[in-house]
Amino acid sequence: MASQDAALDADYRHVTREVTRIPLAFPHKRTWWIAFLAALTLLGLYLVSAGVTFAVGIGAWGNDIPVNWGIAISNYIWWIGIGHAGTLISAMLLLMRQRWRNSLNRFAEAMTLFAVVCGGLYPIIHLGRPWFFYWMAPYPATMGVWPQFKSPLTWDFFAVLTYLTVSAMFWYVGIIPDLAATRDRAKRHSAQVFFGVLALGWRGAARHWARWRQAYRTCAAIAVPLVISVHSEISMIFAAGPEPGWMSTVFPPYFVLGAAFSGFAVVAMIATVTRRAFGLQDLITEKHLDMLGRLTLATGMMTAYGYFADVFGALYGGGRYELHTLHERFFGEVAWAYWGAVILNFVPLQLLWLRRWRVAPVALFLVGLSCTIGMWCERYMLLVSTLYRDYLVSSWGHFWPSFWEWTLFFGSIGLWLTLFLLFVRILPMISAFEIKEATFEEEEAAEASRG
Amino acid sequence: MARRADPPAGLAAEFADAEALLRAARRLHESGYRRFEAYSPFPIDGLAEAEGFKESKIAAATLVGGFVGAATGYGMQVYTNLDFPIDVGGRPLIAQPAFVLITFELMVLFAVTACILAMLLLNRLPKLYHPVFDIERFGLASLDRFFLVVDADDAKFDRKNSRALLRRLGAVNVTPMPAADLEVQAEP
Repeated sequence: MASQDAALDADYRHVTREVTRIPLAFPHKRTWWIAFLAALTLLGLYLVSAGVTFAVGIGAWGNDIPVNWGIAISNYIWWIGIGHAGTLISAMLLLMRQRWRNSLNRFAEAMTLFAVVCGGLYPIIHLGRPWFFYWMAPYPATMGVWPQFKSPLTWDFFAVLTYLTVSAMFWYVGIIPDLAATRDRAKRHSAQVFFGVLALGWRGAARHWARWRQAYRTCAAIAVPLVISVHSEISMIFAAGPEPGWMSTVFPPYFVLGAAFSGFAVVAMIATVTRRAFGLQDLITEKHLDMLGRLTLATGMMTAYGYFADVFGALYGGGRYELHTLHERFFGEVAWAYWGAVILNFVPLQLLWLRRWRVAPVALFLVGLSCTIGMWCERYMLLVSTLYRDYLVSSWGHFWPSFWEWTLFFGSIGLWLTLFLLFVRILPMISAFEIKEATFEEEEAAEASRG
Repeated sequence: MARRADPPAGLAAEFADAEALLRAARRLHESGYRRFEAYSPFPIDGLAEAEGFKESKIAAATLVGGFVGAATGYGMQVYTNLDFPIDVGGRPLIAQPAFVLITFELMVLFAVTACILAMLLLNRLPKLYHPVFDIERFGLASLDRFFLVVDADDAKFDRKNSRALLRRLGAVNVTPMPAADLEVQAEP
């Protein structure tokens, strides 16, 4: 009994030290700086591309009538979709008491937050005149007009703003106790002040924990339907328009599942990389990789059903323009994106049926990468295939992203990387206290069963 | 913050494991103590309840926030559509189905904000300094140690007897607290 307690104690200490040592005495400073400089370079590219876009106007891009959205909007959907996995892992698995989530939720939520930032900036840049962004908000304008509340584009403004705010609050409330633990481990005065202020004076009082838990669980329960509403709404900016290939009732679930799928793939990639880079093999174990592999596989197969339902809908409905758009997807100018999506999303994914591939970090990383690119192709394909050839032959056109669109896209990955690297450098990236809670409760249960 | 060196304004007992803390909190409450608080590195099921904590204000605040948000969202859309009516082919001005999404989003936004603000307000956070931070080994309360702080204002408090009771309940060491724990509220 005594030796068990001692072992448990060592466990608690080990977990917190493992997690808090990273922000306090950062290992691999050199590697981090190299990665950070690379990220900053990409971020610079992002700023330059946005600058060019603002100086020249949207003419710097390949967008034109009829394809006036281009990759600005398909990337927006891609980024926000990736973000959804963080909320789902954190909130849904918390409510289902899946304790293994505790090693993943913190950085998955950070990933969400930064992905939503990258996504949310796209429509603003796409305005071409971002200083008029506030026109989207309902404010008493001198002309007496209001936003068009019956338009999905206005819904979008409210959905993404709510999602960003709620994700940020949920993430911060979840990190407070670990900020306090980092404060208590900090030796340098500056670090003590920094973490002390961020921790808001958290001291682990029982009544505080009780209220914290009530609030955290309540927010989690609200966050799950929020995710579903946000990506359903994003599908509405397509599905609510009378365009062939878009106006389909399968779009909301198809978009939500695709979002979860791409996000789980990205979380799997981050998990394999951070585990390796920071030697966190005993916190992010094979079990976590296994579960991430399963989640990616499950949501991936559901997304595959979405493809099937989409094609079936067009064939069964037999609408002339629907069939034409389907034909364009299979054989037209964007066929590369259609088949790219099908192959990259679903072919390597089949490896994950076997446990040995799910727990092999390199294999899991590569499958995740393939799915992420595949989902990018899907968003591109859905957007362009419908717009470039719809009803009238006279209004058919072409679309290819310009140089500055590509650089803006790669730059947005730099923005994400910069934010994420700062996060792993400065903040406790794994939830230590929740791992300890789970260890304690498992021990309790084991003891109860021993009698 | 006033700090009194003597007499001690309470006792701080340190425990080595969570079960001992939970047992001690329960026993303390049973023996009639009301002004005490337990500190732990992670949330422990039933610990606050053992201290007599029973509260559902956060759920209530969330509910109120949700209602206010939904009303704001729906009301805003109705008002703006009446304020600047745009007749599109005779379609209804107040189009309920089109208003659902923003109503839902604002309900979520207000509910979550109310929930988190209620948690912080009820916990009296942020509060960067608190007398318990003066306990010598208190830094371990976020690592692997468990503390129980009994306030000297408690009706049952008696320096000698309380110390002996905490010892009997399994405290590995008991130290005097330099200042009153202002945070603990008397239970009725």
